[in-house]
Amino acid sequence: MTDLKLQIIAQLNLQDLKPEDIGDDQSLFVDGLGLDSIDALELIVLLQQQYKIKLANADEGPAVFKTVRTMAEYITAHQATNS
Amino acid sequence: MSNKVFIAGLGAISAIGNNVAECLAALQNEQSGIGKMQYLQSVHKDKIPVAEVKLSNNELAKIAGLSGTKSRTALLSLIAAKEALNHAAIENFNSLRAGFISANSVGGMDKTENFFTEFLQNNTKGKLRNIINHECGSVTELVADKLGIKNYISTISTACSSSANAIFYAARLIKNNVLDVVVAGGADALTKFTLNGFNTLMILDNKPCQPFDENRRGLNLGEGAGYIVLVSEKVAATLKNNPNIILSGYCNANDAYHQTASSPDGNGSYLAMSGALKKSGLLPQDIDYINLHGTGTNNNDIAEGTAIKRLFEPSFPKMSSTKAYTGHTLGACGGLEAVFSILALQHQIIYPTLRLQTPMKDLPFVPETIFAKNVKVKNVLSNSFGFGGNCSSLIFSKI
Amino acid sequence: MENIQSYITASCAIKNGKVFKNEKIIFENIEDTLSSFFVSIYKNFEMQYPKFYKMDMLSKLGWLAAEILLKNNFDTQKYKADEVAIILANTNASIDTDTKYFETIKDIASPALFVYTLPNIVIGEISIKHNFKGENAFFISEKFDPIFLKNYVQNLIINNNLQACICGWVELVKEDYNATLFLIEKEQNNIKFTAENLNKIYAL
Repeated sequence: MTDLKLQIIAQLNLQDLKPEDIGDDQSLFVDGLGLDSIDALELIVLLQQQYKIKLANADEGPAVFKTVRTMAEYITAHQATNS
Repeated sequence: MSNKVFIAGLGAISAIGNNVAECLAALQNEQSGIGKMQYLQSVHKDKIPVAEVKLSNNELAKIAGLSGTKSRTALLSLIAAKEALNHAAIENFNSLRAGFISANSVGGMDKTENFFTEFLQNNTKGKLRNIINHECGSVTELVADKLGIKNYISTISTACSSSANAIFYAARLIKNNVLDVVVAGGADALTKFTLNGFNTLMILDNKPCQPFDENRRGLNLGEGAGYIVLVSEKVAATLKNNPNIILSGYCNANDAYHQTASSPDGNGSYLAMSGALKKSGLLPQDIDYINLHGTGTNNNDIAEGTAIKRLFEPSFPKMSSTKAYTGHTLGACGGLEAVFSILALQHQIIYPTLRLQTPMKDLPFVPETIFAKNVKVKNVLSNSFGFGGNCSSLIFSKI
Repeated sequence: MENIQSYITASCAIKNGKVFKNEKIIFENIEDTLSSFFVSIYKNFEMQYPKFYKMDMLSKLGWLAAEILLKNNFDTQKYKADEVAIILANTNASIDTDTKYFETIKDIASPALFVYTLPNIVIGEISIKHNFKGENAFFISEKFDPIFLKNYVQNLIINNNLQACICGWVELVKEDYNATLFLIEKEQNNIKFTAENLNKIYAL
């Protein structure tokens, strides 16, 4: 998950943060990291670029990007089905 | 300073018509201009519907009397601005202090992107001629030159509210006795640049858009140009067509919320609408029709609707979004919709919001769904809200 | 009414590796890239606004200049949100980010870059930070035009209930940049709001 955190930090230009600053179950949006709708769209780009996973429906976004853990689980599940 | 600013001429080109008369006929006949991409070359051709002006660059160039190598934005701009100026038929135009205030958001991007495609493959390729009109300001200068306007030329770039801002800036120049006559509005051509950009924001509808519908899915991009000729009271008195419509109110405010999204309560929209009312000296109940910004995105329509609810409750004027006809024409929409608002006043008509099926649950009003004529229309409010939180409202009144 | 005099109550310029506040150099630095120069300004003035890192170069420049302009010179309680206007101009709109965004279209278009492909987003960023809700506009002009700026802003202050205006020039193309911002208020000080004074500060 540290790799994923590094990717998130790079993709979203969260310069002041280090991976250990982001809790596995910390909420990424609103009260947690305070990410916004454009960040969500950039996370979709990240999934596509790094993991070749295409989020078919933007409505899935909130559930997938809730925390780093939910994102990691989504990636694992979809990479498994792809291979 | 209390001088009135009159509307002396109109010009428009959009997906529903190449001039004002054609646009008006399509509005009356409920003919939408949204459909499959025919002119723009894009990989999204079969997936994303758009509202294109139904002419090729060469055909546009012929009408405009310009070379076909010019940017499509400049061609659209010149055609509509020329129509507006001809319509105003100001006999002593050359002896007046004239201005051209134009807005666009993409400039000559259509030419630049074709240039880049070649250039990035091989940097000895690509014609530099294609990008000399890239900068937004040079589109304005090119068109002003063809219109024979030299005194005052200005370009505004504030996204989708740009041309509404151009219009009230023109009014200020007249009120302050800097100019006698101003052609004001805006133009934007469809480009891959904006199409891909809005696509990454996931706010494009892959079917014809349904503004203010509970099940709306997003917006359709459109292209076009809309200009109005504003004149001082003194000039208006000399005109044979007897102008009787004025720009009575206007206001611009910032939503101060997000780069692209509107605040949930529509704070910026509320400030723009209430400011325009205050400027005009009118009360909410004096407004007979609102030409909504109404893009069809989830975010815009609820924010704009909430602001209208806050300002107008309990009695709502008739309203509609003409973007269901023309798509969202970005830098042109404020100008184009100003033309439609003035036509509503002149002809006492109100346009429907095409394809509106299920009213939004959270709003206490429903925009119009059928074309109506012989309606009393004395004051029209036109909304244009843009990225960067830039919100503008104009009020046109018949006197 | 025309007699209402306004004043340049503060100015800030960022250019040539220097930061000027009220016409005096307050920070100077040489970095390899413009991006690291901007970060060095951010850190030097101990700004705390993580969103800064997400902005495009034009917004970073304009936002930094506005922060320094208002620092110690502006009481946020003094005016209502809709009494503060922002009027900016430049020559090349958002071309710096336009080209960067265009590069991404070939692969996967970047939404975060696309949102900055309009020059008025810099006004949005300043407004969001300070909750300014007054009139705002971005003009494209060939060069800095102090007469235009003076007339436009003076008219806003006289006729439109606006109490203060941040105005000026924010231009950036690749490594060339210049931000010169002015704070205009009715409060009296010794620099009158005239085209000559705007030009004098711009030409520093």
